[in-house]
Amino acid sequence: MPAQTGLIQCPLMSIAAEALPAPFPHRHLLGIEGLSSSEITALLDLSEEAAKRGRQVDKKRDDLRGRTLINLFFEASTRTQSSFELAGKRLGADVMNMSIPTSSIKKGETLIDTAVTLNAMRPDLLVVRHHAAGAVELLSQKVDCSVINAGDGSHEHPTQALLDALTIRRHKNRIEGLIVAICGDILHSRVARSNILLLNALGARVRVVAPSTLLGAAVDRLGVEVYTSMHEGLKDADIVMMLRLQRERMVSSLIPSQREYFHFYGLDYDKLARAKPDALIMHPGPMNRGVEIDSNVADDARSVIREQVEMGVAVRIAVLQALAQHLPNQ
Amino acid sequence: MTAMDAQHEQHDIDRRRPHLPLALVNARLVDPASGLDAFGGLLIENGVIADLGMHIMEGSVEGAESLDCGGRTVAPGLIDMMVFCGEPGHEHRETLATASRAAAAGGVTTICCMPNTDPVIDDVALVDFILRRARDTALVHVHPMAAMTRDLKGEEMAEIGLLRDAGAVAFTNGKTSVASARLMRNVLSYANDYGALVVHHLEDDSLTQDGVMNEGEVATRLGLRGIPTAAETIMLERDIRLVELTGARYHAGQISCRASLEVIRAAKARGLPVTCGVSVNHLTLNENDIGSYRTFFKMKPPLRTEDDRQAMVEGVSRGDIDVIVSAHDPRGAEGKRRPFAEANDGAVGLETLLSAALRLYHNGEVSLHRLLDAVSSRPAELLGLSGGRLAKGATADLVLIDLEMPWKVEPERLRSKSKNTPFDEARFEGRALVTFVAGRPVYHYG
Repeated sequence: MPAQTGLIQCPLMSIAAEALPAPFPHRHLLGIEGLSSSEITALLDLSEEAAKRGRQVDKKRDDLRGRTLINLFFEASTRTQSSFELAGKRLGADVMNMSIPTSSIKKGETLIDTAVTLNAMRPDLLVVRHHAAGAVELLSQKVDCSVINAGDGSHEHPTQALLDALTIRRHKNRIEGLIVAICGDILHSRVARSNILLLNALGARVRVVAPSTLLGAAVDRLGVEVYTSMHEGLKDADIVMMLRLQRERMVSSLIPSQREYFHFYGLDYDKLARAKPDALIMHPGPMNRGVEIDSNVADDARSVIREQVEMGVAVRIAVLQALAQHLPNQ
Repeated sequence: MTAMDAQHEQHDIDRRRPHLPLALVNARLVDPASGLDAFGGLLIENGVIADLGMHIMEGSVEGAESLDCGGRTVAPGLIDMMVFCGEPGHEHRETLATASRAAAAGGVTTICCMPNTDPVIDDVALVDFILRRARDTALVHVHPMAAMTRDLKGEEMAEIGLLRDAGAVAFTNGKTSVASARLMRNVLSYANDYGALVVHHLEDDSLTQDGVMNEGEVATRLGLRGIPTAAETIMLERDIRLVELTGARYHAGQISCRASLEVIRAAKARGLPVTCGVSVNHLTLNENDIGSYRTFFKMKPPLRTEDDRQAMVEGVSRGDIDVIVSAHDPRGAEGKRRPFAEANDGAVGLETLLSAALRLYHNGEVSLHRLLDAVSSRPAELLGLSGGRLAKGATADLVLIDLEMPWKVEPERLRSKSKNTPFDEARFEGRALVTFVAGRPVYHYG
């Protein structure tokens, strides 16, 4: 995607370059796919600074002063939406939240019509979550502002992958060479897809662990090692990343029951013992305690689940900052 | 069933009595697993086969009792992969105890009971119940097959992982097919993670509809609704596509027609993990046996034409059909003494399985080795059971067979609670004389 007029082309470029080690060359953030490892690393570095600022009394900057950020959520969200809202506000933007439950789309307006309508309100940044894979990209083609994918169907959730990587890097000081086991409903998980792409780009060894019915066809072609047994899949893992299981999966008979799922795939101390002693426990939330993760394990000292939420705000600040470079100034 | 009955049924054998080593001498040892066929002896000690070979003779083992087999055949005890038992829920038809006595009398040392019980075996507690009841009341080994869908309804997957851990040897939908291809795919895919065998009944319900016997001339003459062979073959072909998709181990519980045999052959030729069984009824009887509406010949799949029967025999002989089952299905008079169309399906068969199967051997249609393989070694292999072979260290599940002995089936003397045998008054050649389960004699003829 060609960069539009922005900071990098203005006389102040040298100042901007100080803040941003490598200029971010994309106008939208639609997925991890298409990002180079150096771009990912630059975003993580920027996030690190945002995380530091997040722990100060004064958390404000004015990168987005006068700008408008619209959170457009076609699917319910608590943490993603609120952390984008907070990120926008900390950068000085005006933030508007639009939650559009599926029922009101039934009024007949197509996604494109919604996009055109919103575009007419001249937002600068649009954060979009949609239940259909590819919908955010489709929308990005119809608007003039920068678009950030906050989750499209079972496709991608790039800011989640970035915040996971940031959390890992803060604890392990690296990503390269780490064994990361992503466990659970891989088939329906956008978090898994984005994480697989990002972690592979940074040189981690990625494993997926799930019953075959939740793996997806040809998942091994994504560059992961595939396991259907937690005991094997968690062996020597540095990172254990659990995914949320949705109850619909039982109704559609992809798995027989919650208790069976927990017995074979729920993270408990017995299975965790197969991982490295200092393995990190991660979960994108919201958790089902007793379904995919034992309650005590979720609260274990090795669990960084709360830190993931904190890093979520930092990563979203960094992404907004990076994309702000491309916002038109006139 | 009361607790008293249960105690009463325990009489046959006192498991705690220590046994002296027992040498079966002067025997023809036939082991289909290794191809062994030799005269010699076999020593049973502590429930296992301690030794076997030419050197085991009368008096050759100190401190051992010996049984002179008079040159008769000693083979691995039979393993029956399809037994419908009434316990729990239909104890008036059959209990694990009575089924096990019928089994012992037929030379069957292991039975797999199907989950068509009330309640259905779709829960860990039921698997546990069967195993405990079998331990306390049965003479032979009993392994439950669990339901692969809840309540056998074909709607939701059962807890295959937990059931397998509890001791279910395979998963099946009993006497019905899972109509939904999506669910069948999920079941196969999921079962494959646990290396579990899926045993499927083959019947496209929408095609069977109200059919009660094989579709064709006989059905038309009798004015009975027919079941086309396609009802079986369509389901089999669908399943094989799903096996291709999932890589799961799949066993067609019973096939009954030439067209299905051809489908199985093609699947095997493509290297798919597909196996199949046939009931001894479909190897020895055909639709003409129904005669004038004899309900003891009503079963599912229905008895087919003579050409189909010959295809089944040929399939067993060539090994395309892996196993022979009794499809033992006890039914009382209340279910069988009815107009044909309204009568229950099913026939008892544990006690006649071996003798009926031996007909194929005596006719020169199937070798003794292949025949015994189909009722012992092959099922053991498919189910991952330790029995089914004559080898040092193997469990001493054995049958002493007189291959030539003539006898006549007298239904009232059958050990099964239900007497619905299609071999009523049939004359057989060959039968089990003594049956050993884990080294203990559980049946003596006469």
